[in-house]
Amino acid sequence: MNKPPSKRLWVLFLLLGAAVIFGLAQGAARIPLNELLLKENQAVLNMRLLRILAAILVGSGLSVAGIVLQAILRNPLAEPYLLGTSSGAGLSAVIAVILGVSRIYMPLAAFMGAVASIILVYALASERKRIADRSLILCGVIVSIAFSSIIVFLVSLFGNQAMHEMNWWLWGSLQVYDWKLVLLVSLPVLLGIGAIYIFAQDLNAIQLGEEEAAHLGIDTQKVKNILIMITALITASLICICGIIGFVGLIVPHMMRQVVGANHKALIPVTCLAASIFMVGCDIISRTLFAPVEIPIGVITAMIGAPVFIVLLKRGQGAAG
Amino acid sequence: MKALLKIDNLNGGYYGQDIIRGVSLDIERGDFMGIIGPNGSGKTTLLRLCSRILAIRAGGIYFDKADIARMGLKEFCRKVAFVAQDISGSFSLSVAELVLMGRIPHLKRLQFETKKDLAIAEEALALTGSAGLKDKMINELSAGERQRVIIARALAQEPVLLLLDEPTSHLDIGHQIQIMDLLKKLNHRNNLTIVMVLHDLNLASAYCNRICLLDGGKISREGAPEEVLTYQNIEAVYKTIVVVNVNPVTKKPNVILVPGEK
Repeated sequence: MNKPPSKRLWVLFLLLGAAVIFGLAQGAARIPLNELLLKENQAVLNMRLLRILAAILVGSGLSVAGIVLQAILRNPLAEPYLLGTSSGAGLSAVIAVILGVSRIYMPLAAFMGAVASIILVYALASERKRIADRSLILCGVIVSIAFSSIIVFLVSLFGNQAMHEMNWWLWGSLQVYDWKLVLLVSLPVLLGIGAIYIFAQDLNAIQLGEEEAAHLGIDTQKVKNILIMITALITASLICICGIIGFVGLIVPHMMRQVVGANHKALIPVTCLAASIFMVGCDIISRTLFAPVEIPIGVITAMIGAPVFIVLLKRGQGAAG
Repeated sequence: MKALLKIDNLNGGYYGQDIIRGVSLDIERGDFMGIIGPNGSGKTTLLRLCSRILAIRAGGIYFDKADIARMGLKEFCRKVAFVAQDISGSFSLSVAELVLMGRIPHLKRLQFETKKDLAIAEEALALTGSAGLKDKMINELSAGERQRVIIARALAQEPVLLLLDEPTSHLDIGHQIQIMDLLKKLNHRNNLTIVMVLHDLNLASAYCNRICLLDGGKISREGAPEEVLTYQNIEAVYKTIVVVNVNPVTKKPNVILVPGEK
């Protein structure tokens, strides 16, 4: 447990570098690495680079959002989509498709839907200007279920070719072609992670309990509100470019907590790097396993994530018992 | 001498229902005050009002003449620290990391701990006799060790006043005495003022210089152990028969329970 965190970070950086290079080399079109830099292959290089960048953003953003929600709700099952963001974004996008809104505006529609659903969940959960953790979780679940059923209802009513595009929302995809959109999304994601890191010591205290934190001089309601809003912003932004990618926000924080402990000053950077490696790896698998057919990335993260999670859980139980 | 903590005609509780009603109490610098009383008498509520977890509905609490409700929360926590019964849940945090949290009230938003903060945390660990636990994980500690570490974290806040809520209730008698001795030492040598809620009347008698007996949200008796711990007072409040004699070593009142069934 006492390995200096900086050493771990270097190892993870090197691993991420290796994953990025491997990710650049792999793909549906088999091009040797040294030829990738040639001018005629520029488009392929560009595309792969963009995907890798998106994978890193998604991995670090969703995993840090997961860390925050797990700490402040003191619930190991908390994950970035807990507050209804995914179904809100999905519903908004479906409505946009039905209304025939141009594809260019789809990310905007998804973002607005995600933000609207968080505001709705927050409004439903607040009581006497306080937000109880349990009602927040319950309202998130209820709003998610309600929105999901409306999505299915609309899809079965208006089901057409355009709706097939919706599938990528539900299982996620890193097929992004727009540099500008990725850069635009990277802004709230990276600033959000930075802001969350400033609250690392607050998170350490809050995970012990709200009263514990208050006894250390932390205005828990205010800090909770700020942090939930930041995670919501990160999640909503990421949904715009990649749809819903499950498991990464749940398992990577848990795995890293077992490795570096629950001190958020170490946990946040280590998880960012580990989740980036995980997503770049999953992306490589999703586009090469049955190339040229691409498997939705959410399927890969779940197929790898679920067994890894169960193994870790069993090992943790063994250590505790 | 002016009171360090002045509780003035205090009313408060949960959701508009007052549990504490009209309590006035002065805690002087250097006091080791024990708050006792039956279950539901408002001991913990009183402590939670003093530590700002619960809002005061009427009356006031003044720390060094300043209204605590108007003090900044961090400023308040630099002066008053709180020790709970135990920390719930298991967390893979090291003892050093936990104790360092005691420095939170001294740090600004964008400030990270300096060498000085680390030194203060280590000193707090040494004061509680837990310097050797520094690199252990919290969930590897015994209940007694964990309580010492929680007290160390409170000391890292460099408080003037320490509030404790039944800090020994989970411990065996050996560890109870160890924790109480530690608090007595801090009270004497470091001039730390202590207010603690406790169930064990004999521990209160042995260690506190003043005892406050609560009954139904009001103060029933307050004063030196000899004045408060009489069989009449205890029988009236706890509705139970006791014998009070003198502890042969400490010369303090010793409460002996009498079974109802023979």
